[in-house]
Amino acid sequence: MADHMQIIPTKTPEQFKREQFRRHSAVPELWECLDHVTDPEIPVLSLWDIGILKDIKRQGDHATVTITPTYSGCPAMDAISEDIENAFQAIGIKSTKIVTELSPAWTTEWMTEKGRNKLRGYGIAPPNDVVGSDNEITSETQVLCPHCSSSNTHLVSEFGSTACKALFQCDACSEPFDLFKHI
Amino acid sequence: MTQINAKQDLIDYTVRLGDDAIVIGHRVSEWVSKAPFIEEDIALGNVALDFIGHARMYYTYAANVDNTLTGKNDKTEDDFAYLRDERQFQNHLLHELHKGDFAYTTMRQLLVDVYNKYFLEQLKNSNDETLAAIAIKAAKETKYHCRRSKDWTLRLGDGTEDSHQRMQKALDDLWGYSHELFEQDELELRLVEAGIAVDCASLKASWLAEITAIIEQATLTVPTQEWAVRGGRQGYHTEHLGHLLTEMQFVHRSFPGAKW
Repeated sequence: MADHMQIIPTKTPEQFKREQFRRHSAVPELWECLDHVTDPEIPVLSLWDIGILKDIKRQGDHATVTITPTYSGCPAMDAISEDIENAFQAIGIKSTKIVTELSPAWTTEWMTEKGRNKLRGYGIAPPNDVVGSDNEITSETQVLCPHCSSSNTHLVSEFGSTACKALFQCDACSEPFDLFKHI
Repeated sequence: MTQINAKQDLIDYTVRLGDDAIVIGHRVSEWVSKAPFIEEDIALGNVALDFIGHARMYYTYAANVDNTLTGKNDKTEDDFAYLRDERQFQNHLLHELHKGDFAYTTMRQLLVDVYNKYFLEQLKNSNDETLAAIAIKAAKETKYHCRRSKDWTLRLGDGTEDSHQRMQKALDDLWGYSHELFEQDELELRLVEAGIAVDCASLKASWLAEITAIIEQATLTVPTQEWAVRGGRQGYHTEHLGHLLTEMQFVHRSFPGAKW
């Protein structure tokens, strides 16, 4: 029977590594606290979901949080740092140091499965909804519409409302939508 | 070379890369609210933001190295962006030229984006870990810039008679500014020797081959007239940079320490 079974991985190896890392953390309560801090541009995604949260360390009532920027010019990073400090202050951590780490560079592979589903529900196509395995966007690229799931879609612009997205339109339901680009 | 001189070289080089990025980033941002249509307005705004992001990474790194050198902790990215005058900026002249029409901006972006693609590919191998990390990050974004510039070049070059003519004129007007991208002075040669800087002269053949292929596919002609303008890396600029800096720096200088 096992011969007929095909294993379909639901997580990328990168996601798996991140989960392992978090599971072995000495401060799970701080990771949970930051599960409520979301990206100001895409409020359905937590910092964990989007994959920019790399490490949390605690020394008494002081914490150090390591994050990595999505796009280098992303204006949300300053707001995110502030939100982290506020969230920690609310649970009694007096000071928080935010460390920005550039390497390894952030990739959409770090986005969680839950995050991808939430994005779709929010009307943004996650990076893995590009039809075919090719991650390059061309004028022929088709993406599953997050509204009606049709692949009958076309690229409108390489950049959507933010640098991390591209603008598409669905030719089946006519709705415009953003694609979170693979990077 | 003493260690202090080596660090100063690294700072100077990193600031140059930041200068290129901030100047073109600001220039592209001038399109916001003026682009031909809204999607393009947003795209140009995002491209500008990417360049400004690259500048912030370079300047922040230069400030950190500077602080270790002086033993103080007072230098920030803002000092490089806002508190230096025209002659202290060492960006390539191509980056500072005026915004021009949409064809001019598109053509400049094509020349710069393809250059950056090859440049960052080399910078990834720098012996300096931070510069290599910045390159890896910036290269990912540059891939999108290249594709967009190429698509627009094909569309406008092989478009209407008017768009074709404007693209050819832009190419002719910009060509002489492209040579400077591949020239090196003593500072860069020292850093190439140390395995830190990119040997930009070595990028010319690949850059020219790719640009030529795109230009020809766009039914345009690579200029044959030989002329070159240079001086950006030595702080000699065109009249365009002063105006750009005035606009970019005046809030910071008029209201020091202002926050919002």
